[in-house]
Amino acid sequence: MRDLLLAGNLLHPLEIDVLSCNTWGMYGNDFPADDTAGGLLGEVEAAEMALRAAAERGRHGSAGADPAAYFAEVVAADQKVEPRDWMPEAYRATLIRQIAQHAHSEIIGMQPEGNWITRAPSLKRKAILLAKVQDEAGHGLYLYAAAETLGVSRDELVDLLLAGRQKYSSIFNYPTLSWADMGTIGWLVDGAAIVNQVPLCRCSYGPYARAMIRICKEESFHQRQGYEILHTLAHGTPAQREMAQDSVNRWWYPSLAMFGPPDTDSTHSAQSMAWKIKRFSNDELRQRFVDMCVGQAEVLGLTLPDPALRWNDERGAYDFTQPDYAELMRVIKGAGPCNRQRMEHRRRAHREGAWVRAAAAAYAAKQANKKEPAKQKEKVA
Amino acid sequence: MSEYSEPTGQPGGAPPAPLWEVFVRARRGLAHTHVGSLHAADAELALRNARDLYTRRQEGVSIWVLPAAAITASSPDEKDAFFDPAADKVYRHPTFYEVPEGAAHL
Repeated sequence: MRDLLLAGNLLHPLEIDVLSCNTWGMYGNDFPADDTAGGLLGEVEAAEMALRAAAERGRHGSAGADPAAYFAEVVAADQKVEPRDWMPEAYRATLIRQIAQHAHSEIIGMQPEGNWITRAPSLKRKAILLAKVQDEAGHGLYLYAAAETLGVSRDELVDLLLAGRQKYSSIFNYPTLSWADMGTIGWLVDGAAIVNQVPLCRCSYGPYARAMIRICKEESFHQRQGYEILHTLAHGTPAQREMAQDSVNRWWYPSLAMFGPPDTDSTHSAQSMAWKIKRFSNDELRQRFVDMCVGQAEVLGLTLPDPALRWNDERGAYDFTQPDYAELMRVIKGAGPCNRQRMEHRRRAHREGAWVRAAAAAYAAKQANKKEPAKQKEKVA
Repeated sequence: MSEYSEPTGQPGGAPPAPLWEVFVRARRGLAHTHVGSLHAADAELALRNARDLYTRRQEGVSIWVLPAAAITASSPDEKDAFFDPAADKVYRHPTFYEVPEGAAHL
């Protein structure tokens, strides 16, 4: 895939490494519906316990004469690498790209749902949607803070996003055409994101792992609220049911594509695996997601739009139709239905918020100036 | 990190808002614990942003914010040398001492 992109000169080099990592296409969130509760949520808790246990074990010795060997030892022992530790430059750069892309996805990811806040069908749904979108902003900020521990500033990362030099998950370049899409995004998009993110709770970089634990725990409500919306619609009027089915039909394959290109085209992930940034391959995670969704769709009484979907006894997993990776590439290139709209909106929001930042800075400076003479007076007295 | 510092032609160019470290006391009786960081122009805004960012689900009853620039940290490179003086003073632990048979309340 790397070669494909280079050959087509489609992307700025900055983005290429990220694309070959399974986490390129995710954003922060959530938990599966009830039938798997304890599954993924349990994995998050296990990851947190492992993190504490590793900290208890401690490491003797220090970077000393051979920091590279020490780094390798720390990673091999499932210990966490911390901000001021020595680390390979490529490890640092990979993390910055991945965490930044994840943060950008959270920020851009507010738009498709923000589109429906004013049109939510009840005050309750509106309050829930507002809380969910606010969480996404919060997740973006946790992640920018984690990236900053690697020596890059948030302003730089925001600039890179606004300049189109760093990407966000391509899923957000699809439009939210109906209220049912709020349900499907919660169920499928957040569901795919959480399958991607739970393993990141065990990432070798401490600040990223801790941010992911926080995000995953906090977000247990996102997927459930989406699932509840779909369940309500699927058991409503024929028109509501049809709206729910249409929404699932549109989001199924883009959700599968969130896991990135197939393993055969994902050449860069071996290094991320060795560094324990990434724990499972794109195809493994995609399979896990499909296997989870089938039962959940049955409970909803909705159909996943894949006639080839069937249980494979030998593999102990569902066979399914792969998403259209050519479409994925087109959307990443910028030819998705909403790429331009999303970026224009973000640039405008950033521009229109400039006066707020300037006013806060001016006020802070003024208050600081007021305090200074007062202090001096005290000293004289 | 020079590759991240190239100008991108974005408007603004104002200096970034200072970084603050956030500490939250989860419940009465517990110590404040570091939960993360954020940017804000001044302490008051930092406190309000910390509330919105780190206590959306009643995670705390008290918040401290302090400027990250005001923190002096020990360096991991000199970790061993720095903490060495404590390593050979096992007599600082009660388990170092042998308690004679029959001595109670020690």
